[in-house]
Amino acid sequence: MTKSMSPRAGQRRRRRYRDVEEGGLVLRRFPFSGLSKSLIPYQGDGLVWVCAAATSVVLLLYLLLLGVIATRGLAALWVKPVAAVGLIDGRSVLGHIEGKTHDGTRWRVFRGNREVYGHDFSRIDIGAVVSVTHPEEVIVFERVEYGRAIGYLRGMMLSGSGEIVRLDLDQFALRHQRLMNEENHALKLLGTKMAKINQRLEHLRLKRLKQQGHAGAADNAVLLEEARMRQAYLELDRKHVQLLNEMRQKAAIIETIEGRRLEVPLSDILRFYQPNQMSRLDKLGFYLVRFWALLSENPRESNTEGGLFPVIFGTLLLVLLMSVFCVPFGVVAAVYLHEYAGEGWVLNTVRLAVHNLASIPGIVYGIFGLGFFVYGVGGWLDRSFFPERLPIPTFGTGGVLWAGLTMALLTLPVVIVSTEEGLRSVPRFVKEGSLALGATKLQTLRRVTLPMAMPGIMTGFILAITRAAGEVAPIMIVGVVKMAPLLPVDDSFPILHFERKFMHLGFHIYDAAFQSPNVEAALPLAYVTTTLLLLLVLTMSLAAMYFRAKLRERFTEYVF
Amino acid sequence: MSYQLPVELPIAVKISNLGLYYGNKQILNDITLDIPKNRVTALIGPSGCGKSALLRCFNRMNDLIDRARTTGSVVLDGLDINRSSTDVIGLRRRIGMVFQKSNPFPMTIFENVVYGLKIAGIKDRTLLRQACEQCLRAAALWDEVKDRLDTNALALSGGQMQRLCIARAIAINPEVLLLDEPCSALDPIATARIEKLIHDLRERYTVVVVTHNMQQASRVADYTAFLLNGGLVEFNETETLFTMPDQSRTEDYITGRFG
Repeated sequence: MTKSMSPRAGQRRRRRYRDVEEGGLVLRRFPFSGLSKSLIPYQGDGLVWVCAAATSVVLLLYLLLLGVIATRGLAALWVKPVAAVGLIDGRSVLGHIEGKTHDGTRWRVFRGNREVYGHDFSRIDIGAVVSVTHPEEVIVFERVEYGRAIGYLRGMMLSGSGEIVRLDLDQFALRHQRLMNEENHALKLLGTKMAKINQRLEHLRLKRLKQQGHAGAADNAVLLEEARMRQAYLELDRKHVQLLNEMRQKAAIIETIEGRRLEVPLSDILRFYQPNQMSRLDKLGFYLVRFWALLSENPRESNTEGGLFPVIFGTLLLVLLMSVFCVPFGVVAAVYLHEYAGEGWVLNTVRLAVHNLASIPGIVYGIFGLGFFVYGVGGWLDRSFFPERLPIPTFGTGGVLWAGLTMALLTLPVVIVSTEEGLRSVPRFVKEGSLALGATKLQTLRRVTLPMAMPGIMTGFILAITRAAGEVAPIMIVGVVKMAPLLPVDDSFPILHFERKFMHLGFHIYDAAFQSPNVEAALPLAYVTTTLLLLLVLTMSLAAMYFRAKLRERFTEYVF
Repeated sequence: MSYQLPVELPIAVKISNLGLYYGNKQILNDITLDIPKNRVTALIGPSGCGKSALLRCFNRMNDLIDRARTTGSVVLDGLDINRSSTDVIGLRRRIGMVFQKSNPFPMTIFENVVYGLKIAGIKDRTLLRQACEQCLRAAALWDEVKDRLDTNALALSGGQMQRLCIARAIAINPEVLLLDEPCSALDPIATARIEKLIHDLRERYTVVVVTHNMQQASRVADYTAFLLNGGLVEFNETETLFTMPDQSRTEDYITGRFG
């Protein structure tokens, strides 16, 4: 039977691979060997195209997403020219032309001067446009209130008398600079003093309440000091109001294109520039100034303008707290699971549970955090340690500490799984080498296993960071707020105030894009915020990856 | 059948009726063997015959394997190793081990050599330096690495790494040195160096070496034990075993008729 099969099998083989004799050598050729290099793929190679196509689609979608975010986010800070648009009816509109409306018949023009027009944007019929010019002397003022003012500088008011001094832009810049330096400084100093007294007052109030709670009546000394402090505060407050009034009397006189006069207090003006006179280099310089302002200033106008400093700070602090809670716990748990727990159905169930924990929606973690950390642990802390402050909660309300813990819970499975993966990659014979030298299990773990599992731990850390920085849902109910007046870290005792609420880039995007009273004006900021969040996550994970690469270098021989 | 060591030769490790099971599977069966002190004893046999498992009985490395169980006794200098009350950590400090795959830790060369001393609690820097030099010299590695003690041990060549592992094992000054196919991954030149090293080491240590390579056994060992299917077939002076084996199975194996 086999014998009769073999010649046929031989024929089949000959059909598939032609044996060709060339110069005395028998070469075996694949069918279509002439074509195979160019058109027809070898068996199995066809899937390469499918895989490559799938990868490209994914990559393109990511690039599109990143491109949209980055271009809009980064362009939002660039200085745009101001156009004076003449209309058929003789009116003129002054502002940045931001593009067309969706139907393509009208332009969207950013006019600023919110206190005059009521809103920042207006739409003009393209058909009604007669002329578009770029007047050189137009000035854009970035202000603390009412957004930007766009118009012409007509002079300056130096006192309450209403007398107007005519001056050019350089003189104006000089005066503005001086005011910003001197009077704002005085104002800040006063503000700090008032905050100090305020804190002291709060402290005294709590002390009094405590004494009243214990002995029925407060100490006389406390009452006296409280009265004294209140007096001092009123004094400072009076000074503060006076100084503010003095400052507000010094105002820039701005004329809009319609000829209306705006009086903008110098102290309200942050920056001003003449966009139509600026060269590219000027614009670049200004871009950097704005970028720095974005990183260092506080938000204004209910988060539609201003900087993102507290927001970035809050995000970083959240990630830091998350890491502090999550990484040690996760590593220890993974070590137990992998190195100590005996194999069996219990371990497998625990592993399954950990893997599944990673798939629970963020909001569920948030609700758990609210119930357990905020109301449970926080409520207990308040009742035990701060009863005099009740009913105002201290820890029994959302705060960055609880948000950090909630986030740690959310990222814990990732860290555990990656650490276990890292531990699994440590060859057994290396661990045995340590044990054979008389090392205990703990010594082996500390000196050999954990250092070698470090790349895996770092991977978990990176994944945890990226997830924690991006999640918004869970923290929305355990401590994120639209506007936190105080940072969770400041110079007042005890420096770290982790019970305080905080701001977060992810929530800020949501707030600016959907919750803002002035969505159209806030949208660029939403893009900027998104870009910054991406940059932040990128920086953090790149840093972690760099350290991981450094660690890997040390273990190359064992990375099979 | 059993060969008796000459009476004047002290015994380092006395194995009596040793059995080893992994779960229900019997790995070693009733092995009785005396390992002579300050001699090199080779364990030979085909793959899977239990040579490495036997070696791992000396320092209870089998404890690390799930559901491993031993019967019989292994006595080191009056101490029954298999008793549960035996201090395993202390035991492993008395019995050094070098593995088939060289396994330096991801640290500097210096840290590798003094690892055993450090975990034993020795912190004196000058003492550690001295010990490091001494052990590297003993392992014939000093001249090659003396200028780069603070570089990563994983940058060494395969043969150097294996000698480093030997240096690391002798740093804790063990009584017995176990070598589990120390040359299986090395080229002939590195192998020759290690073989010479093994030969020199026997002046200070009792050496037990597992090997696949019968030429190697005949070159380095004073005594050789032939194992087959978990049982000890023959134990004798190396020369006798290779030239006039008692058992036909030994002869078949060493002449290459099977295995």
